[in-house]
Amino acid sequence: MKIALMSAAAVLALAGTAEAATLRLECGAPGPGQNVCMDSAKEWAKKTGNEVQFVATPNDSNEQLALLQQLLGSGSDKIDVLQIDVVWPGILANQLLDLKPYSKGAEKQHFASIVANNTVAGKLVAMPWYIDTGMMYYRKDLLDKYHLKAPTTWDEMTAVAKKIQGAERAAGNDKLWGYVWQGRAYEGLTCNALEWVSSFNGGTVVDAKGKVTISNPNAAKALDTAAKWVGTISPKAVLNFAEEEARGVFQSGNAVFMRNWPYAWSVMNQDGSAVKGKVGVMMLPKGGNAGRHAATLGGWQLAVSRYSKNPKLAADLLLYLTSAEAQKYRAITGSFNPTIPALYKDPDIIKASPFMAELYPTFASAVPRPSTVTTSKYNQVSNQFWNAAHDVLSGNAKSADALAQLDGTLKRLAPAGFVAAK
Amino acid sequence: MTSQTLTSAAPVRPSSAESSLQRSRQRTAWLLVAPALVVLLAIAGWPLLRTIWFSLTNAQLGDLTQLQFVGLDNYIGENGVLRDAAWWSAVANTLRFSVISVTLETLLGLGVALLLNTPSRVRTLLRAAVLVPWAIPTIVSAKMWSWMLNDQYGVINVLLQSLGLIDHPLAFIADPDLTFFTIILVDVWKTTPFMALLMLAALQMVPSDCYEAARVDGVPRLRVFSHITLPLILPAVLVAMVFRALDALRVFDLIYVMTSNSRLTKSMSVYVREQLVDFQQVGFGSASATVLFLVIVLFTAGYMAFTRRRMQGV
Repeated sequence: MKIALMSAAAVLALAGTAEAATLRLECGAPGPGQNVCMDSAKEWAKKTGNEVQFVATPNDSNEQLALLQQLLGSGSDKIDVLQIDVVWPGILANQLLDLKPYSKGAEKQHFASIVANNTVAGKLVAMPWYIDTGMMYYRKDLLDKYHLKAPTTWDEMTAVAKKIQGAERAAGNDKLWGYVWQGRAYEGLTCNALEWVSSFNGGTVVDAKGKVTISNPNAAKALDTAAKWVGTISPKAVLNFAEEEARGVFQSGNAVFMRNWPYAWSVMNQDGSAVKGKVGVMMLPKGGNAGRHAATLGGWQLAVSRYSKNPKLAADLLLYLTSAEAQKYRAITGSFNPTIPALYKDPDIIKASPFMAELYPTFASAVPRPSTVTTSKYNQVSNQFWNAAHDVLSGNAKSADALAQLDGTLKRLAPAGFVAAK
Repeated sequence: MTSQTLTSAAPVRPSSAESSLQRSRQRTAWLLVAPALVVLLAIAGWPLLRTIWFSLTNAQLGDLTQLQFVGLDNYIGENGVLRDAAWWSAVANTLRFSVISVTLETLLGLGVALLLNTPSRVRTLLRAAVLVPWAIPTIVSAKMWSWMLNDQYGVINVLLQSLGLIDHPLAFIADPDLTFFTIILVDVWKTTPFMALLMLAALQMVPSDCYEAARVDGVPRLRVFSHITLPLILPAVLVAMVFRALDALRVFDLIYVMTSNSRLTKSMSVYVREQLVDFQQVGFGSASATVLFLVIVLFTAGYMAFTRRRMQGV
């Protein structure tokens, strides 16, 4: 009897529209970001009568990818919806569901460049969720105190940082540093170094046609500029800093400038933060007057695992989380940049994070990492690039030599250029 | 074997019955060992064979069903592991790490063991206390030391500065001149107790009459150590060193947690993981894992041959 009832219920559930299921959502490491994501997911669960469980991942994006590759590689159904970095669509495409049949054109609202990035061999494998770009945070109060203008080139930034660091240390604030950033040998260094190189017009390591372009004098000059910071305006430990280490120093009030992603804005302006209300945001400096403001395009997408038992529901959750409504909530509570251009004109969002309107041009023209063209080899390209940069920063290699060597290594990875290697 | 046969052979039993008993005992023995052997084959043999098989293919992590046999390309081909400079630098790092850390751990462990061997009321307490670093999981101790050694908020730098030993904070895990030294330091901190304990066990096996005889003859203490203690505990020390060396050659967690993917400290295991997981090259990664396995097998065989000869020589 009981069994009959249950199977009847199951048949009904399958046939009906209000099927209750448990979906497993992975949206990052525990912390402020995951909390905001949980709010929206719970909202969806309440609306649709389903349940959402949260899967936690490591903080470091390289570790996240490793974990996801192992889970997906084994065909596990332990994750239904997952967040993936802007450089992963090429790597994970085989394991992800094509969202086109479910999205009903929703992707057209988002930045076209990111949608193109997420489309692999005609399949829309992920939906844009939020954009990240490198930004320069600075201490407005300290710059005002010394009557200094916000710098526009790296050299000016270095001079300002040196001046304030020297003056503040002489006044007894001996823990103050000029500039903190991400110098650990990991993906974050690739983002930082790409910004330096492109701001000096040194290209993007591999160009859009798949040609290796990194060995050039502008790129070498960019790395030399950065190497001079280590031990002068940046602590030597910056060579082992990821985002949170840099924010730790800056938010304790111990740095004048910091390169970080937008998430840091809302965390630093919370109650209890030592720098609340003292922080300004600007574009990353240019590499000299002929250079450009370059910010690496980061950001996260949501995707549905190919092994999900409830693909339709999972796609529904994904579409809710990436909708304008959810993105607006995320922009206000977590300073996550929307991927829908229209939202940058939303007065509520501008009020909560004024920098979003100011830096809109940066978001719209951010520098992508060469992941689309290098596809599954991207991780190797990036690893070689950050190691070369790390060698230069730590003083173990001269920039020109390191880049020439990198050039050789990358050409060996794809002897006929990267597109042909695909 | 022969002595056992002699002792177990009761005079009342005829020899034919004895040999059938012997055979049935052997059968029982095999039967009893069989489950363990099967388990061992399943959890050690099968993955090993699978790794070796993958190493002969061009498998990718994204889709393990699509693979082609490529022979020894992953080993000695144009882009093979044995021609990769990064692999050899990982080998050099690992060897450097193993030699330095095992030497330090042996010397320090011996010192600690000798101290613990002297009768004292607090000895039991000390013995337990000394084990604490060994009991902490490596990931935890690596993370803990990373925090303590941090140059911005680490307690070690504060201590050293307040003692006046350094005038500015040192970036122990970021400064390329210091990272290797730091990793060895943490490894020595963690595994010295293990060495000390093994050697302490050996020290307590040394018969006390040797020492009494030496005392009666008035032999100086240093000579007692070098001519009685050391030769008697040497076999145990060598075994402890082998254990440590095998562990050190496979070092992964400590380096991975403390300095991530930096080339300066990359060990063989970190290299293998990077190829297998980060780069998705299951074929190439398996080849490097197989080479790592062979290195360890060769090392163990060489070391065992060396110590056996030495033991016989003594």
